[in-house]
Amino acid sequence: MSAVISTVEPAEETVRPESRAWKKLKASKSALLGFAIVAFFIGIAVAAPILPIADPAATSWSVVRKAPSAVHWLGTDEIGRDILSRMIWGAQASLMAGVVSVLIAVLVGVPFGLISGYFGGWIDQVISRITDALLATPFLILAIALAAFLGPSLTNAMIAIGLSAMPIFVRLTRGQVLSVKTEDYVEGARAVGLAHFAIMARYILPNVFAPVLVQATLTVATAIIAEASLSFLGLGQQPPAPSWGSMLNVAKNFMTQAPWMAWWPGAAIFLVVLGFNLLGDGLRDALDPRET
Amino acid sequence: MLSYIARRLVIAVPTLILVSVFVFVLQKLLPGDPALVLAGEERDPEVLEFIREKYRLNDPVIYQYFHWMKAMLQGDLGISLRTQQPVATLIADKLPVTIQLAIMAMVIAFAIGIPAGILSAVHKGTAVDYIANFIALSGLSIPNFWLGIMLILLVSVQLGWLPASGYESPFTDPVKSLQTMIMPGFVLGTALAATLMRHTRSAMLGVMKADYIRTARAKGVLENAVIIKHAFRNALLPIVTLSALLFGELLAGAVLTEQIFTIPGFGKLIVDAVFTRDYAVVQGIVMCTAAGFILMNLIADVLYFLLNPRMRSSL
Repeated sequence: MSAVISTVEPAEETVRPESRAWKKLKASKSALLGFAIVAFFIGIAVAAPILPIADPAATSWSVVRKAPSAVHWLGTDEIGRDILSRMIWGAQASLMAGVVSVLIAVLVGVPFGLISGYFGGWIDQVISRITDALLATPFLILAIALAAFLGPSLTNAMIAIGLSAMPIFVRLTRGQVLSVKTEDYVEGARAVGLAHFAIMARYILPNVFAPVLVQATLTVATAIIAEASLSFLGLGQQPPAPSWGSMLNVAKNFMTQAPWMAWWPGAAIFLVVLGFNLLGDGLRDALDPRET
Repeated sequence: MLSYIARRLVIAVPTLILVSVFVFVLQKLLPGDPALVLAGEERDPEVLEFIREKYRLNDPVIYQYFHWMKAMLQGDLGISLRTQQPVATLIADKLPVTIQLAIMAMVIAFAIGIPAGILSAVHKGTAVDYIANFIALSGLSIPNFWLGIMLILLVSVQLGWLPASGYESPFTDPVKSLQTMIMPGFVLGTALAATLMRHTRSAMLGVMKADYIRTARAKGVLENAVIIKHAFRNALLPIVTLSALLFGELLAGAVLTEQIFTIPGFGKLIVDAVFTRDYAVVQGIVMCTAAGFILMNLIADVLYFLLNPRMRSSL
């Protein structure tokens, strides 16, 4: 982080927008809090295999539905598995689902948005109408329908969520392209005879980057909730593999006998989603060129 | 005005047609022979042939689409495999329940979101603003199905104040109906309240900078009157149009909320349909929500026109 800042002379008259954004981001307490939360969850998800925790799949009939204790910090579930361990392994599923589905949405959506905005005409008409049609179906209902048709699995849930989130990126990119394509430097690139692809990659794509990054961060938050929702409905991660959503699905059957089974997964989803939302909001404020 | 609505309608039609193509193609991509599914235990080739003829499965796909489309335009969304009832009837039965839930959620969302947004804008940069913003962001981040579980644990299991689940029509027992709807309405309303709060705040902040606010203050109007009569009235415009657009979120949120509180509505219908592989119902629901969403978009546009006096003169 600091390396980026130190490359810029403080006395320099034209401060590079990236460094100004970094400064603003670092000055925002809520963005830093968001970053810390996200980093914490990524940390435990990555470290899951080496952490000294119980096997998330190991069942034990002697400790079925035990309340949190010194041995099982977060308690045990309906077949005696350690909830802390399942929470940590479940972080992998949640974060991966959030990130992979947004990657799908970005990798599919941004090129279509670029093409749609850059070329205009009938190509734009076709892509825009398809985007409208996809946006006309509420996100979660589209994801549920897609997951239902694809069949229940974590991979399919990620595809379903990615495709449902994709139209937002098409629309966002298209709008951004429209606003820069008449700029002089784009006209100039065209005048010197650069190929369309080169113009898009070199002069248009960089302008799309900031808003897409902000939207992607916020969409990871939405995607994590969507994955949890699909898993909660039984359309995501399949048992016995741990996932916060499917843990809640089981927990709702033991609400009176073992309420702690429901506490932790939901709290974790809430925290990680809050983290991504704080980070996304912070990024938006930092990258907004209108405010200085 | 009319030509504007007409233009919007003209755009809405190809969008709906595209949705129908998606929905139809999805079904065609399903593995397995639908005739075999429909026949159930029956494996008699004659029966299979009869079914293929009856459902036009031997026709080219494009014919099948047009046939399906024609039926749909006449209000025939197909037959549920599970209950053998027309899909249109199923949806018509469940929709009022979800609409009741949605209205409840909207009322709660407005009651919380708008005052919070105004307070936050008026006290911009103070502790009130930060707290309101943090609560709003939390409301956006909390998975509503978990909030539902936690509320049931607290309010129904621990305190025993409200029933944990069930549904009662407001026409048979209004009190019980309200009791069963408060918690789900709140759960569904939280995310909306948060969205409304954030939009109210930014709309108010925008309006508060306007010249007419300074004028109102200069001529000695009481601050509360400035906020409510002068500022809020003008900030209301984007809020009202936003509310129409939030309809889609309500429907999607209702899927999980209804699941938690076992409310026999639209959302439960789609989940049950997904699990029994009742694809005709899933298709019907996706088509209906898309049509509803497009309609709400249209209403939002029209409202924007009607509520904004400056737009009215351009009719």
